[in-house]
Amino acid sequence: MPDAPGASRLALDGISLTIAAGELVSLIGPSGCGKSTLLRLTAGLDSPDAGELLVGEEKILGPSAERGLVFQDPNLFPWLTVRRNIEAGLVARGVLEAQRHEVSEFMRLVGLEAFANSYPHHLSGGMAQRVSLARALINHPKVLLLDEPLGALDAFTRMRMQDEVLRLWENRRTTMLLVTHDIDEAIYMSDHILIMTQAPGRVDREIDVDLVRPRDRSSESFLRFRSEILEYLHFAGKAA
Amino acid sequence: MQFAVPIAGLITFGVHLLFSKNAPPLETHSYMLLFWEIVGVSIVLAVAQTFWPALRRWMRHMWPIFTAAILLIGVWDLITFGFHLLPLPYFPGPAAVLRSLISDRALLLDSTGHSLVLLLSGYTLGVVVGLISGVCIGWSSSVRYWGMPLLKVIGPIPATAWIPLAMVISPSAIVSSAGLIALTVWFPATMLTASGISNTRASYLDVARTLGAGRAYLIFHVAIPGALPSIFVGLFMGLGASFLTLVVAESVGVKSGLGWYVSWAQGWAEYGKVFAALIIMAGFFSTIMTLLFKLRDRVLVWQKGMIKW
Repeated sequence: MPDAPGASRLALDGISLTIAAGELVSLIGPSGCGKSTLLRLTAGLDSPDAGELLVGEEKILGPSAERGLVFQDPNLFPWLTVRRNIEAGLVARGVLEAQRHEVSEFMRLVGLEAFANSYPHHLSGGMAQRVSLARALINHPKVLLLDEPLGALDAFTRMRMQDEVLRLWENRRTTMLLVTHDIDEAIYMSDHILIMTQAPGRVDREIDVDLVRPRDRSSESFLRFRSEILEYLHFAGKAA
Repeated sequence: MQFAVPIAGLITFGVHLLFSKNAPPLETHSYMLLFWEIVGVSIVLAVAQTFWPALRRWMRHMWPIFTAAILLIGVWDLITFGFHLLPLPYFPGPAAVLRSLISDRALLLDSTGHSLVLLLSGYTLGVVVGLISGVCIGWSSSVRYWGMPLLKVIGPIPATAWIPLAMVISPSAIVSSAGLIALTVWFPATMLTASGISNTRASYLDVARTLGAGRAYLIFHVAIPGALPSIFVGLFMGLGASFLTLVVAESVGVKSGLGWYVSWAQGWAEYGKVFAALIIMAGFFSTIMTLLFKLRDRVLVWQKGMIKW
């Protein structure tokens, strides 16, 4: 039955998943399967019609600095310099004075000290996204939600940034939930891959990627994961 | 062509000399002094620029404009003083206007001072109130519900239409004029602030919330900075309109200022003084406009592709 205009649709249905602390988990699936909705719910920007989301024992009731969010568009505040963008979370929480020393540390962590006083429109896409990551991480979130953070970057920058995100993750062991369209990216980066399907969105399958990091994108085991996922999503070549 | 300006100066003054036997000697004298200054200074600059690259760049940019402006004065002289093509006393020549400018300088300076005080007090009041009401209307939907109809009804009325009422209500003409100027500025400032605030990108607000922002941060650190480009458009519109209200209010009610001076000089049919006041006004308003542009350029350094004034 086609949707009546303005009718609300069930975006997600019967989703139940648990992510252990310190894990990097990817969420992949076709467009419109509700990946981003799930992420917004986790961030607390939207609230579910039924069911609940917990961080530890605590129910998610609204947005909080404990759950950082990085979008595909870096969404840097264009009126603030790189340094002030990174400071934004500290200013918002009123802890800038106490934690000012960390600002330089995070700028160094993402390699942007030289651009401290630049405005965002001078930055390349990869640089802007690194600022965005630092801005989220300076709050020491328990969970970092990544909504296709590398989706707008060219292929080479993208692979470099995957290593960058992994380095940040290994360095800090922040729990990360990564939404991506890119199967290679999911295999390259995550501990587990959750595959979602469409209308209504559900998590259909969970794959544990038990490869040692750093992973080789062209190794046989990597490609085995790849074809397994492609097959599951019905994209596998018929000839193979 | 670095000698274009002195040559244009000589031509324009030569044009005046052709007819000067009809002119009062005092007018010709001060006109002559002005042109000796123009010619002298421009020759010094033309020589200095060979040693000074920054000056050369500036001159290359400005020289055609200066040359044209000086020749235009010559054309004005020809049309009015030379051939009497325009009716007197309404259109005096440049020498007569210059004479009025010099002889009445004390009163003109005083009038400019009064205009400045009145304009700044009214404008500042209007901007402050406009920013507050604009932010409230742009941010809160219930304020928008009640505020917008009021804004839509009252805002479009030209502030000068309130003059009869304003003169009755308030204790002094100065206060009521400042209020009218404030009203003039308030409408565009409110409208453009409100639209800037309500068009804040939702994703900026989302990001700020996940960074731990409360309402104060969302308003003062996200919505208002994001709305600044739009706010400045409102400030410019308000400034242009406030010049009009200032001049009208001064010529109708207040007994001081440039607007009053113009209508007073007109009453005595001293059109040289009218033109002198218009020249002062052009410089005065243009300077204030330039200052606002400079302020905007400072505040909005983060924006790319701005219009230069």
